[in-house]
Amino acid sequence: MSGFFKSSIGRKVAMALSAFFLMIFLLMHVSVNLLSVFSEDTFNAASHFMGTNWLVQFIMQPILIFGVIFHFVMGFVLEIKNRKARNVSYVSNNGAANSTWMSRNMIYSGLVILAFLVLHFADFWIHEINVKYIAMHPEDPTRYFHELQEKFVPIWRVAAYVIAFVLLGLHLAHGFTSAFQSLGATASRKKTLQNIGKAYSILIPLGFIFIALYHHFNH
Amino acid sequence: MNLTLKIWRQKDSNAKGQMVDYKVTDISEHMSFLEMMDVLNEQLVNSGEDPVAFDHDCREGICGMCSMYINGEAHGPDRGVTTCQLHMRMFKDGDTITIEPFRASAFPVLKDLVVDRTAFERIQQAGGYISVNTSGNTQDANSIPISKHAADEAMDAATCIGCGACVATCKNSSAMLFVGAKVSQYALLPQGQIEAADRVRNMVAQMDLEGFGNCTNTGACEIECPKGISLDNIARMNRELMKASI
Repeated sequence: MSGFFKSSIGRKVAMALSAFFLMIFLLMHVSVNLLSVFSEDTFNAASHFMGTNWLVQFIMQPILIFGVIFHFVMGFVLEIKNRKARNVSYVSNNGAANSTWMSRNMIYSGLVILAFLVLHFADFWIHEINVKYIAMHPEDPTRYFHELQEKFVPIWRVAAYVIAFVLLGLHLAHGFTSAFQSLGATASRKKTLQNIGKAYSILIPLGFIFIALYHHFNH
Repeated sequence: MNLTLKIWRQKDSNAKGQMVDYKVTDISEHMSFLEMMDVLNEQLVNSGEDPVAFDHDCREGICGMCSMYINGEAHGPDRGVTTCQLHMRMFKDGDTITIEPFRASAFPVLKDLVVDRTAFERIQQAGGYISVNTSGNTQDANSIPISKHAADEAMDAATCIGCGACVATCKNSSAMLFVGAKVSQYALLPQGQIEAADRVRNMVAQMDLEGFGNCTNTGACEIECPKGISLDNIARMNRELMKASI
């Protein structure tokens, strides 16, 4: 089995598995965040649970960080290998004639998402780690909603988040079906998967964009 | 019609190549692209220049020898055709046409538009066959029941002519459509089952060894393939390798 993951197809499969993991996480993330639009108390309760539950904090969070790093590192490794596979470029290449922009530019949409994650980690994750594990402030179960709202006051941050989510949508528009194809999804399910992929790649980023705009205009 | 051709000229595999401009006149729209190239070469020979080297053989879209990258697309702007089946009616009078060899590190240029595609042959030799006793007692293939669906899919995969357009058009120079088709044509039939695990393992290993890139599922290969080989063959190859590895 270790030989399998050293092969080109094995690396594709590993990339797809990490993508599935991240796509499940995104669905959970947007669901929890949407609670902030409907009820301050419910959002605080859910965030308090996520922020203090040992299983989430010490098991799931490290796995998530590993999944994110693995997906990015593997993406870069495959990109470098793929570029080496063509040592002389075409003078004229009409990529738009046979493939979508999203499929040809996964590395660039991925880089924008990576840049966004740096901002996102600085905004929320580092703050959380500092509050809980460095400054050791006593836990206030009502702080999460106000912290979230406060972050979306500056328009530059809202704009940065919206741009990143549009690029996330483009990344998912190809990534969703591509992950299934890499895992050998059968032809009979292709159309269904394409439709689910379209819905997922539009609804998830739209949900995040809505949350950012909602709190910007309702703080 | 009168055309300007921008063609990649490269003396040999070690030389540095460059794009060179040529003019051709009175080209009929009924000519095939290769006939237009013949007109250019006649012109070059008559003026004492070296003709443009390009691969061709059957000129019927069967052999898979022709291999030009025309205006940024493998086998040119038409769909479901090889370069020899491409007609000049796809172009307009006064057009400038860019003609390059198929590009991939695993397909080194030998001269002008001719590339070395023996990497495909080595992949085939690694497992693209079934072992059959041909001493005279071979079982009649028609006596083995095969479903119509499987037979059709296997036949579709087997129509791959190994031209390399999939590699040429893929942004990663991946050969997975070719290897997927070759793995599938046997994986779908009972005769291919006995060596199925070794076949996919060995063919994928050889593909990786040759330096082809990794598939990122852009689907460009399926669009540009002159035989319409489906991406489903890549998914099947992935399943076959997973099955063989577990």
